[in-house]
Amino acid sequence: MNRITKKLSEDKKLLSIYFTAGYPQLEDTVEILESLEENGVDMVEIGLPFSDPLADGPTIQESSTAALKNGMNTDLLFEQLTNIRERVSIPLIIMGYFNPVLQYGVEAFCAKCEEIGIDGLILPDLPLAEYQEHYASIFKRYNLINVFLITPQTSDERIMEIDENSEGFIYMVSSASTTGKTSGFGQEQKDYFARIANMNLSNPQIVGFGINNVETFKSATEFASGAIIGSAFIKMLTSEGIQGIQTFIKSILK
Amino acid sequence: MSYHVNEKGYYGEFGGAYIPEMLYPNVEELRQNYLEITSEASFKEEFSSLLKDYVGRPTPLYFAERLSEKYNTKIYLKREDLCHTGAHKVNNTIGQILLAKKLGKNRIIAETGAGQHGVATATVCALMGIECIVYMGEIDIERQAPNVARMKMLGATVIPALSGSRTLKDATNEAIRDWINNPTNTHYIIGSVVGPHPYPDMVARFQSVISEEIKEQLHEKEGREEPDYVVACVGGGSNAAGAYYHFLDNEEVGIIAVEAAGKGIHTGESAATSVLGKAGIIHGSKTLLMQTGDGQITEPYSISAGLDYPGVGPMHAHLYTSGRGEFISITDEDAMLAGLELSKLEGIIPAIETSHAFAIFKDRPFKNEDVVVVNLSGRGDKDLGTYIDYFNL
Ligand SMILES: Cc1ncc(COP(=O)(O)O)c(C=O)c1O
Repeated sequence: MNRITKKLSEDKKLLSIYFTAGYPQLEDTVEILESLEENGVDMVEIGLPFSDPLADGPTIQESSTAALKNGMNTDLLFEQLTNIRERVSIPLIIMGYFNPVLQYGVEAFCAKCEEIGIDGLILPDLPLAEYQEHYASIFKRYNLINVFLITPQTSDERIMEIDENSEGFIYMVSSASTTGKTSGFGQEQKDYFARIANMNLSNPQIVGFGINNVETFKSATEFASGAIIGSAFIKMLTSEGIQGIQTFIKSILK
Repeated sequence: MSYHVNEKGYYGEFGGAYIPEMLYPNVEELRQNYLEITSEASFKEEFSSLLKDYVGRPTPLYFAERLSEKYNTKIYLKREDLCHTGAHKVNNTIGQILLAKKLGKNRIIAETGAGQHGVATATVCALMGIECIVYMGEIDIERQAPNVARMKMLGATVIPALSGSRTLKDATNEAIRDWINNPTNTHYIIGSVVGPHPYPDMVARFQSVISEEIKEQLHEKEGREEPDYVVACVGGGSNAAGAYYHFLDNEEVGIIAVEAAGKGIHTGESAATSVLGKAGIIHGSKTLLMQTGDGQITEPYSISAGLDYPGVGPMHAHLYTSGRGEFISITDEDAMLAGLELSKLEGIIPAIETSHAFAIFKDRPFKNEDVVVVNLSGRGDKDLGTYIDYFNL
């Protein structure tokens, strides 16, 4: 069974962390992953930085620019992750934009992911229709889960379509926004969380965007199976560095 | 082979809609409605009456006698520079604002490079009394100051894009992010034949009035509807798409696309996408794209803000790879000299974008009897500062 599916079968609310590979320092990737697992994080999205991250707010944009400037690239990330399965056993997902994957070669990229022990990909700008037509069979061949997003604007009809074509989980974007908006969750989001819960989808949902502390984590996971913290974690890395990970994770899981 | 979009939104292998799910409802709403709305009689009527009475169409097709003499061929100029606001961009913004109204949107966003599209958007928003926000790279705000002032006078809010190369690509990123954050009330008026399907096709259709008029006017002047060549500069490619549109499927008509070579194609400071680009994804479209080996988008460079873009629209990527279009790259220097030459020979000061199209005559010979239509996409008022600095005027 894929590590993601296995993890989701545990009876707990999952905490997933996104970080940009190559940030703050080029060689931090493995140490961050180890520290996240040690401190009780359930799953990680490793960000493959892109020059033009359309769906991201300033925090992830800046970390991506810095990571690229530090010298991060696809080959180097794969190299850093070569022996990662000797050190880390939680599910690992690579999250990035489609163009770097396309340039690497979708098949070669997927093959490399399987070889390393990556469990899934999140590519926000690879739409469902394109994926189905051209890439689904490749992802399956290499046992990779491709995670799709839904938002408060996604119609019920499309949510069902995405559910039917999903494996692992559905990435539920909390609000109509780019990453990193942190105004807390209002009634509108709470209604949306409840609406999705009531749809009884076959895939569990994990909420992302706008989760930055224990309150928003709790609120997001009232119905959903877990939540993803990205920008808030990166901000912490910017100010505290890797040493800050333990305190940060403890503050969410307390 | 067809050079128009297919039902899946592709031109050959290029196009599509590579957008994050956050944008799916907006883009899907457009895709499902644009053909129906734009073919309604009431829409067509309003569109053409605004083009006539507000924009000043049809724009003249002018025989450039002295230029023709100099280059031993018959050169006609399609005078898009005479459109209200000074460039072809307004053909598209009129169309899109009418569409936005039909879709019930009350907030408009746009990106702009040279500021021409920003001005054209601010103009139609003023005309319709709709809120307008324009994203513009910080570098472009400096080099196109008159257009920034115009947008402000027209009531638009101009927001500087501070990321990346701080030019057109980055302004487009910011506009897309704005749309993600305002998905229900906002329409994004893209200024060229770029972006996710249906934008490239929709913008091309609005601009196609250019070649529709060329056919009629050429018939009057030359007794035939088809020129031997149509020449246009290509940033994203909207003026070119409009000028080629009705000639695309007639292979007798040569299509010449002129890109910005900047300081030289291989200097690292260039925007010659057809030569330097590879298939990739930018702003929701699969197209030719300047990028590094591992798929990071490269910062382009051109003296002309409107051509300073690392991609081209998918229609043009297909015209290039299929061989249907002839692509020529022109350096800053040759463009500036051609702009000066057109001013002196014909009394027309072109936008620097447009100057690139005129620079081909120096090295690209035509036959005496060839009829060559150059799309004079815009006037040079906005560029006076750059011309003054360049020539020490
Ligand atoms: C006068 C003029 N011509 C050409 C362009 C390039 O755009 P496109 O390639 O979409 O026509 C611009 C863009 O700002 C412009 O202002």
